[in-house]
Amino acid sequence: MDATQLELEQEVAEQHRHHTKAQFFYVWGALLVLTGIEVYLGYQNMEPVRMLSILMGLSLIKAGLIIAYFMHMKYEVSQMKWLTMSSLVICLALMCIFFPDAFRILKLGAR
Amino acid sequence: MSEAVVHQGVTAGPYEPSLFGTYSKKIGMWLFLLSDSLTFGALLYAYSYGRISTPNWPTPFHSESIRNATLMTAFLLTSSLTMVLAVRASVFGDGKTQRWWLLATMLCGTGFIILHGREWSNLIAEGLTLPMFPSVPGHHAATEFADVSKTVPQFPATFFGLTGMHMLHVTIGVIYLGIVAFRKKFIPVLLVLWLIAWLATPAYSPFHYGAHVLLVAAIVCGIILWLKPKVYDSSDVEVAGLYWHFVDLVWMFIFPLVYLMSTKII
Repeated sequence: MDATQLELEQEVAEQHRHHTKAQFFYVWGALLVLTGIEVYLGYQNMEPVRMLSILMGLSLIKAGLIIAYFMHMKYEVSQMKWLTMSSLVICLALMCIFFPDAFRILKLGAR
Repeated sequence: MSEAVVHQGVTAGPYEPSLFGTYSKKIGMWLFLLSDSLTFGALLYAYSYGRISTPNWPTPFHSESIRNATLMTAFLLTSSLTMVLAVRASVFGDGKTQRWWLLATMLCGTGFIILHGREWSNLIAEGLTLPMFPSVPGHHAATEFADVSKTVPQFPATFFGLTGMHMLHVTIGVIYLGIVAFRKKFIPVLLVLWLIAWLATPAYSPFHYGAHVLLVAAIVCGIILWLKPKVYDSSDVEVAGLYWHFVDLVWMFIFPLVYLMSTKII
């Protein structure tokens, strides 16, 4: 195996050794609580766009917690954080270009 | 004389340290996950497009379905916790604990698949189906679901497409963890699971054919282990963990968007 790779693997493993178990349990608890709030909201008679905004907001928080703590992204170097996350967000945001068309169809009415 | 220094099988290569400050396997997995998130992104956007542009979008998920989906979510979240504990055990060199946590993760993942499969079967039996699914013999579909499949075909198409793709990812994740934890000993287990899944499901069930994923996986894993037999170390467990957490992450968007936004409020 290449020495650089082995060194990097050992460095990463060393970083992992500093994480406490309690931290993971807190994140898990937070994720379960947020899921409970989402289920509660699912039964509220709310306007769909408002409910969608709240649910997606909560899902983004949950995704952030999973990426940061469980996927270890919080402890990566800044190049890794910025290049991966910004490229993902930009690509997903570009897909929003389809939504005006969906609203256009809705206003035309079902034919 | 060669400038390469050989020390206990480790070669000082000509490569510079990575810009990303981590090892190649992990960067490779991140790149795969970024591309896979665009696949799921496209499916989620397609579902949302249909949801917005269809005024009579069905809300078929009654409280039993929501309870089931909430339990599935809890299984996945717990599996993510057990996965990080497996990674933690692996970096401390505690192989036995690592295997137990990986097994717990696999069991949670299997629980998710079983619950999801049960829900799919119930929905298909009630008439929510796709043209490619064989019809249930001697069964008359409930009017509501049969109507949904005819009047809003986008709903079953996007629902089964999105959740089916996710279920496939969870299945591959369980197999991946099984190979990392037990290596070639897991292949006979996989073959037994394939036989059970294939023989125990009726011929009209999509899972009767879907079970062959396990057979294909057993063959592929067998070839990989034969070509490159190795003992998986903490870096392999961490990379497998990244894949598993991604599967969990995607469900965090599917659950509210597909289930909670289509809750039947009585």
